[in-house]
Amino acid sequence: MGSVRHFRVWRGDTDGGGLQDFQVEVNDGEVVLDIIHRLQATQAPDLAVRWNCKAGKCGSCSMEINGKPRLGCMTRMSTFEEAETVTVTPLRTFPVIRDLVTDVSFNYQKALEMPAFAPPADVKPGEYRMQQVDVERSQEFRKCIECFLCQNTCHVVRDHEENKVSFSGPRLFIRAAELDMHPLDARTDRKDFSVSEQGIGYCNITKCCTEVCPEHIKITDNAIIPMKERAVDNRYDPLVWLGRKIFRRDQVQS
Amino acid sequence: MSDLEKHSFDVVVIGAGGAGLRAAIEARLAGKKTAIISKSLFGKAHTVMAEGGAAAAMGNVNSNDNWMVHFRDTMRGGKFLNNFRMAEIHAKEAPDRVWELETYGALFDRTKDGKISQRNFGGHEYPRLAHVGDRTGLELIRTLQQKIVSLQQEDFAATGDYYSGIRVFSECTITELLLDGDKVAGAFGYYRESGEFVLFEAPAIVLATGGIGKSWKVTSNSWEYTGDGHALALRAGATLINMEFIQFHPTGMVWPPSVKGILVTESVRGDGGVLKNSEGKRFMFDYVPDVFRAQYAETEEEADRWYTDPDNNRRPPELLPRDEVARAINSEIKAGRGTPAGGVFLDIASRRPADYILKRLPSMYHQFKELADVDITQQPMEIGPTCHYVMGGVEVDPDTGAAGGSVKGLFAAGEVSGGMHGSNRLGGNSLSDLLVFGKRAGEYASSYVDGLGAARPAVAQSDVDTARAVALAPLERAEGENPYTVWHDLQQFMQDLVGLIRRKAELEESLKMLSDLRERVARVSAIGGRRFNPGWHLALDLRNMLTVSECAAKAALEREESRGGHTREDFPAMDPKWRQVNLVCSLSPSGEVELRHQPVPTMRPELLSLFELSELKKYMTDQELDAYQPAKDGE
Repeated sequence: MGSVRHFRVWRGDTDGGGLQDFQVEVNDGEVVLDIIHRLQATQAPDLAVRWNCKAGKCGSCSMEINGKPRLGCMTRMSTFEEAETVTVTPLRTFPVIRDLVTDVSFNYQKALEMPAFAPPADVKPGEYRMQQVDVERSQEFRKCIECFLCQNTCHVVRDHEENKVSFSGPRLFIRAAELDMHPLDARTDRKDFSVSEQGIGYCNITKCCTEVCPEHIKITDNAIIPMKERAVDNRYDPLVWLGRKIFRRDQVQS
Repeated sequence: MSDLEKHSFDVVVIGAGGAGLRAAIEARLAGKKTAIISKSLFGKAHTVMAEGGAAAAMGNVNSNDNWMVHFRDTMRGGKFLNNFRMAEIHAKEAPDRVWELETYGALFDRTKDGKISQRNFGGHEYPRLAHVGDRTGLELIRTLQQKIVSLQQEDFAATGDYYSGIRVFSECTITELLLDGDKVAGAFGYYRESGEFVLFEAPAIVLATGGIGKSWKVTSNSWEYTGDGHALALRAGATLINMEFIQFHPTGMVWPPSVKGILVTESVRGDGGVLKNSEGKRFMFDYVPDVFRAQYAETEEEADRWYTDPDNNRRPPELLPRDEVARAINSEIKAGRGTPAGGVFLDIASRRPADYILKRLPSMYHQFKELADVDITQQPMEIGPTCHYVMGGVEVDPDTGAAGGSVKGLFAAGEVSGGMHGSNRLGGNSLSDLLVFGKRAGEYASSYVDGLGAARPAVAQSDVDTARAVALAPLERAEGENPYTVWHDLQQFMQDLVGLIRRKAELEESLKMLSDLRERVARVSAIGGRRFNPGWHLALDLRNMLTVSECAAKAALEREESRGGHTREDFPAMDPKWRQVNLVCSLSPSGEVELRHQPVPTMRPELLSLFELSELKKYMTDQELDAYQPAKDGE
């Protein structure tokens, strides 16, 4: 059953820090978050980590495990060799607060700037009618648990702090796509917003975000590519351009 | 002291789950400057764990459904101990609260004619739960979160400041409510991130802090569920009711050990899953209690026909209310018919095609695949009871959510409030509860503030100083016990002594253990500094866990009958005399939990008339029925 394994956990804060070695008991069926909790209970009570549901539903315990962005609660210890050292570090793209906890406010700020669902003016509550097949595309994106692993892994911001101003990241691209594909959203400018305000054009479709998504959302194929393609259509179609000049219907309002 | 961060709001909502967010939306819509205090990050609250759906009698799938049927089911589920007025309001208003979510952008699963789809669930006569696969709670919290963002965008357009009308304080824990006489004046707490303290001055506070499950070892609850709101309310002079009623959800994971307790949605049974013991027997037919016999199938054939022809067949007994199913599972395991890991089997693999399971239960598939290496489309799950929900909570006015007891300006909604669910909550009634009563709490907190006019209660500096000293104490004790050790001991004995099945001697023992633990909690020490220090946070949470555990244990010892989420081995039957009694907890000036009996409000005759007399006879005393009958005869 139990064995003693070698863990290296990054400890520190805004002033800096480093990897600390631990020898810790690991039992059958445990996940990395269990081991972090055991360290708290037995060796390091002040070891900082975020977690809530411990079942892959809340997206709190995002961390980098042997360099890979993962949820601590969904990474089973059985996926490592018995003698393998497990290295746990905080998300690299966001500023460290303490130990495994980072400042993820970037994501909330971008969400604040993303125009919300616009209800149709002439449909009363209780009278919304949508077909299952039509809501399913948006439902895929609403599975998002906001773990921000996609944001963390996206190379546009991972090593380019300066891009954060003009780039919202995959989490917000799927939000834009979700609203664009919502059968009853009253706005028609979701794609233009993605291009002009969210910086979707920076994305060069390397699919890193899709690979790390614990909800297996096809971020690149089902959200980013359709948003890019249709955005291109809109922006370069001369008739659409003319119509836009005359009616000014696509202005991004906040 | 001057360095203390201070904020002033009209309404402060403590808790950022469904009830808290819905209350905050309502307060902001009423023009009140509103704060939301979130113990975790925004959007991570325990509501995300709700899987099955929100119960609302919209009648989209079966047009026979209406509020009266929902009301009846809720009262039956709670074994008639519910506050009838809350159950009535809930049943009447739930559809509007669900429909409203669509105007915020929610995308529920649909019926063929494009309406919100509704699914079957334990104790509900008709398909009633609005749902999104098995991740309804996530949809609900994200929808409310995004509605708050949209209100912040409106405020930005009007004032240039996103936070002028409603502001979320993330990773912030309230440790004390501050009063001015008997009126709420503010709340004191700390930021997890920095460890710095913060004071919120506000004349009205809505508690929406959820439950108390972290006092038990096997639980579906997250770290936040330490009974903060229950304890804050008690310390502020409010009262708690029904604290003996704890719901053990029948189906939690039992293997591997590290995930023991994690919830397996009731939708598995709603969508066709059945419970089997180690002998392969579908055992629930042996456990249908008399009060429910008329509504549940007696044979497997009838039960199986019900899924496609519910009008001419009775429901499968797997869909009995949760308390009944949890006890049945417990009995099977005790009788030696459990699985190797100490549970029973929940089987949908042999009953439904794989693609149906994947469509209806995607997150259960994912959870078992990733955590237990079990493919639920091929193999049965192993499950057992897990501490899930507390029916008890802050005693509230049913219409306004205002807390009972001596305090004014305090409101409560969602799991932290008591009364709505009586002795046992039906699945799906939680998400609808928090929408209905969250809205009402926000609304009435706002009108309470209006009623105060310019005369706002003031926070006393001495109270702030005391709150600060209490919060810092664990950090300042050089020698003291590790808070994790104390917590694990608490969880173990609450599990063993105040669990699913209770006995007098064990409950008495638990009270002795709690009294010993009180001294240990007072001596815990947290090493490290103030920045994001989980050991320190736990040390502070322990105080609340101890108080609510004491309430649960004392009330459980007092109630000498078995009903819903309270089963006494030494008093196995339901007693109509006890149905007339609510047990009310308050705190003495010295901090002792005190218990008193209080009559359960009497149901209005027109609501009583929704039930057959023969059914009422199973729950009520002869005197009660004598008092009721003339009214009925006169109709």
